[in-house]
Amino acid sequence: MENIKHRYSLARSTMTEYVSTTPGLFPLPDWAKDDLSDLKGHQKHDLISGDEGGEITAAYEDAREEVIAAQQDAGLDRITEGQLRWDDMLAHPLAVNDAVETRGIVRYYDNNNFYREPVVNGDLEASGDVAAELETAAELAGDDALQAVLPGPYSLADLATDEHYGDETEFLGAIADFLEDEAAAFPEVETLFLLEPSLVENAPEDGVDERASEAIDQVAGAVDADVVVQPYWGALEEKVYAHLLDADIDAVGFDFVANQEDNLYNIQEYGATDDVSLGLADGQNTLVEEPEAIRDRVDWVYDQIPVSEFETVYLTTNTETFYLPYAKFEEKLAALAAAAELAEVKAA
Amino acid sequence: MSANEDTPVTVNENKDQFRPADHEHDHFLLTTVVGSYPKPKWLNRAKELYQDPDHEFDEDDWQEAKDDASRLITAEHERAGLDAVVDGEMRRNEMVEFFAHRIEGYEFNGPVKVWGHNYFDKPSVVSEVEYDESWLVDEYKFTAAASDRPVKVPITGPYTLANWSFNEAYDDDEALTYDLADLVNEEIEKLVEAGARYIQIDEPALATTPDDHAIVGEALERIVADIPEEVRIGLHVCYGDYSRIYPEILEFPVDEFDLELANGDYEQLDVFKDPEFSKDLALGVTDAHVAEVESVEQIEENIKKGLEVVPPEQLVVSPDCGVKLLPREVAYGKMANMVEAARNVEADLDAGNIDIERGAPAPADD
Repeated sequence: MENIKHRYSLARSTMTEYVSTTPGLFPLPDWAKDDLSDLKGHQKHDLISGDEGGEITAAYEDAREEVIAAQQDAGLDRITEGQLRWDDMLAHPLAVNDAVETRGIVRYYDNNNFYREPVVNGDLEASGDVAAELETAAELAGDDALQAVLPGPYSLADLATDEHYGDETEFLGAIADFLEDEAAAFPEVETLFLLEPSLVENAPEDGVDERASEAIDQVAGAVDADVVVQPYWGALEEKVYAHLLDADIDAVGFDFVANQEDNLYNIQEYGATDDVSLGLADGQNTLVEEPEAIRDRVDWVYDQIPVSEFETVYLTTNTETFYLPYAKFEEKLAALAAAAELAEVKAA
Repeated sequence: MSANEDTPVTVNENKDQFRPADHEHDHFLLTTVVGSYPKPKWLNRAKELYQDPDHEFDEDDWQEAKDDASRLITAEHERAGLDAVVDGEMRRNEMVEFFAHRIEGYEFNGPVKVWGHNYFDKPSVVSEVEYDESWLVDEYKFTAAASDRPVKVPITGPYTLANWSFNEAYDDDEALTYDLADLVNEEIEKLVEAGARYIQIDEPALATTPDDHAIVGEALERIVADIPEEVRIGLHVCYGDYSRIYPEILEFPVDEFDLELANGDYEQLDVFKDPEFSKDLALGVTDAHVAEVESVEQIEENIKKGLEVVPPEQLVVSPDCGVKLLPREVAYGKMANMVEAARNVEADLDAGNIDIERGAPAPADD
């Protein structure tokens, strides 16, 4: 028994699994952009409320089916629901919550994109909004491995305004509780991506970095799935990275499109999780990478770091993909899927 | 220092070339607009007919509709009393798309989200950008012929053209910006040849990435290269934290800065008091994002805010931003009240009735 176990672990250590995936938040298919514009309108108060129904729900169901089929056709190893209803991008889970008032339109990080400022003015309770999306996606995905997507607790707290909890630590804790409960209601998923751009864009101060890591750990513990924490738009400050490695997660993501040097430095200096997520295709540019080029970038990463093998390497776009025109988004999916296959072949 | 010293009105030749021959006051606060104006509803209907393949409304009909709209809005600007007019950008759909369609090297791949269900056809730069057909000379010639007042020409700046596109072809947006700046320079040369004397470069993208002000400055150097001194070059920057670009922008080779300040209730005004504002200030005195016409008295107060920053000869009066999202009657009301307010302030200045401290408040122990 002991022997078999040992052999098994040896086998695993010499064989990396390459998993093509995305961080979700897809563009709507063009017909759905038109139909939903007509059904919902263009103004602030026309955005998703969480209790929509009828024709709007039907249009989203058709669009969801289409993006799931697009991922299957491309041959991706993880299927996401697409988060097509997330009008407010990563702020969505709060924007549809009863304890939240949505106010003015505010800038989404450094992009020419905007979302409604979610103001928390009551006790947050999970609504099951994201779990309900995943239930329908699970049916459509069939035997394919489903991947859930949530904002990480630090980013979600950063995107929101607190007028209820009154204290930064308490608010982050409340957001972590909220996300933990949302995640606990999920159907069975293979992977959970926690998107944490704010860890880069508005890096936590001393002390907060540790609490951010604990909050991530708490949300990660809610699911029986592999958890990937994906920061983007650069590299984490080293202390933030070091604290993140303390969380019980399976993989940290690296945005190698935005920053190579500092991401490599973090891996060289502090090591990495057994699994990693490599953001090697640009989620914000229409230039579609050749699969061979993505595969070569994987090799380049290996050449630069002391670790010889990872157990699982997720190959993904660095950011969400809603920035792209729909046809280019589809091409990106195909490139990622092909790149993972090339990497597998080479490894074997 | 106060604005009512008994010195004669100082000359600002570049600005005074736009002073009407029959101007009624000694002081002259040039009144103008940023550019865009609400499109008449029938123009949007005409566009739908033109885009409908089953309809016989053809290219010539569409051209005629745009000509009619340009004439109409230019006349509306004249009626409001503006000293320098624009055609309200009736021929333009969107501030990046319009130019990208006319520049070699761009392609379109479909709409992308800005927010909610608001999308735009964000173009991709797929090869080196090159000057092809003229962008604005026909528009300028038409408007100039339709009006006997000076016509201002707004052009989207190279930094915004680069920043709001997908860049597939250049190493970075800086390199793309400079190549586009050379094209903007070529276009301005043609506009000047056609008679244009007032050009406004629109750089809204600078507000979102203020750290790039040096790139915008270098781009402007390329834009004004070999453009005659008397041609007035303005720069419009809206919505942003101005303290992050001031005073650095004073080094830019432009005559005028057109700034949005009414929307923030002049909270950022003090930014421009120290060091001294050495260029002309085109001050936003009416809010382009509030669908209510400010009273003449309110706008007079707003104009006087400008006199806290520059003397009257350096002050230009303008709305905060393009007004295309307002109902047309509201847009008109704002223009008309703005001109009336400017004329009232001029009269008060002539009469020596305005006493405003200019510049940074002196330290208490001074």
